[in-house]
Amino acid sequence: MTDETAAWFAGLDPEDEAGAAAAVTEGSADHTADWPALAVEAGFADDADDYYERLHAATTRATREAVRERERADDQQLVHAVRAMADCERTANELAERVAEWGGSRYGDDGAGVDYAREVAARGPEDDESDRALRSLAERTLDLAEEAAALRATIERTAPAVAPNLSALAGPVLAARLLSLAGSLESLAKQPSGTVQVLGAEDALFAHLQGNAPSPKHGVIYTHEYVSGTRPEERGSAARALAGKLAIASRIDHYSGDRRPDLERELDERIERIRTRSQGGDGQ
Amino acid sequence: MSLPDGVERRDFDGETGLATRGHPEYGERTDGEWRRWDPHRSKLGAMLELGLDTGLEGGETVLYLGAAAGTTASHVADFAGPTYAVEFAPRPTRDLLDVADHRGNLFPLLKDAREPATYAHVVEPVDVVVQDVATRGQGRVAALNERFLRPDGRLLAAIKARSEDVTADADAVFADVLAAVEDEYEVLATERLDPYHDAHLGVVARPRRE
Repeated sequence: MTDETAAWFAGLDPEDEAGAAAAVTEGSADHTADWPALAVEAGFADDADDYYERLHAATTRATREAVRERERADDQQLVHAVRAMADCERTANELAERVAEWGGSRYGDDGAGVDYAREVAARGPEDDESDRALRSLAERTLDLAEEAAALRATIERTAPAVAPNLSALAGPVLAARLLSLAGSLESLAKQPSGTVQVLGAEDALFAHLQGNAPSPKHGVIYTHEYVSGTRPEERGSAARALAGKLAIASRIDHYSGDRRPDLERELDERIERIRTRSQGGDGQ
Repeated sequence: MSLPDGVERRDFDGETGLATRGHPEYGERTDGEWRRWDPHRSKLGAMLELGLDTGLEGGETVLYLGAAAGTTASHVADFAGPTYAVEFAPRPTRDLLDVADHRGNLFPLLKDAREPATYAHVVEPVDVVVQDVATRGQGRVAALNERFLRPDGRLLAAIKARSEDVTADADAVFADVLAAVEDEYEVLATERLDPYHDAHLGVVARPRRE
């Protein structure tokens, strides 16, 4: 009796496919039982063949939905990783500036950035208290820079699993930044391409909306070579074209998850046209 | 050693290999409706190739733990009966779903093999448990899933030494895993899967209960 109530098909209308999938995903039982025979007995299936057909439909549907949900949940891990990477990079740079300022005052060096911190960290021991303190700070700075690099490697490895098309078009790190700015893959997939185009340029956008500034042509997608590597006069067109494809890619990643290599080809061709038309001078 | 019904040794471009009949899935070589079952890509394939007495006859009900993208599970479903394929990682399960689309007798489940209660309401008692899970605690996974086996059923497990401990000596790892398996099973045969799979042990066992 208890076995029967625990069955995935218990209490289900045989036609209720969504309910069957939910029961496969959420149900549980302490023991197995001869479910096919029990299902026929309970009138859920006409015979074993009929039962297996329903089971196949229920398990494939449940598993397809569960896969999608789990991969979507992974987008939050990616968002954390990219935010942590940005924090580590920013803090490493700030500390590197502090090290450079301090080192300049002590040794008359004029180095800068993480490279200078590396130089200071590698210096031999000196007994002076301030030398030790400065060297220790330089070491922490390098640790943070290394942490940022490790996080970047993690993002490069995981982003293609979470958002395969977006990662292929934008590169894994920019893809993760877009997810982070939108909040999740789902909310990115719901943004119009004009919003994707200016994600990360919110300050400029609000200044524009208040009437104090021109409209921003690009946000974080500026880091993409297709925008930054295009002549300034055509950069707005390139940003619009790129954002359009990124918006489509994020929707495919969220709603279907299939790889669509055509997107990359279409984007390549579009950018190629934008870049050549300004050189040809025919306006178009 | 006889092969199960539905598994044959066939000639592929001058090379003899195991084969089953079904929809091709991963670029394997085919001959008509026969598809090559490469022992280098499949631990169960290696067990059959090496002549381990699996007791498989064909048509069995199977619980496959660690189905991954379905490379081996597709061959099993080609010659077995109802085949329940459990996999924990979402990414390979996407490919497993494609394999299941071509096979009405393959039931994919995104579940953790260490938590059998999460699929006991779906999986019926089976003749064979195939286990290929690359996690720590492989002996425990086998013991936990013994509940699905019919009294005369068989566990066919591929134990991966490096999943338990990358540094330890493989033989010592196998001894530990087998000790855990023996909580619930009588081990009938074991064999190293070299040269097809490095540091893997094929295990055939049957439930200890009456």
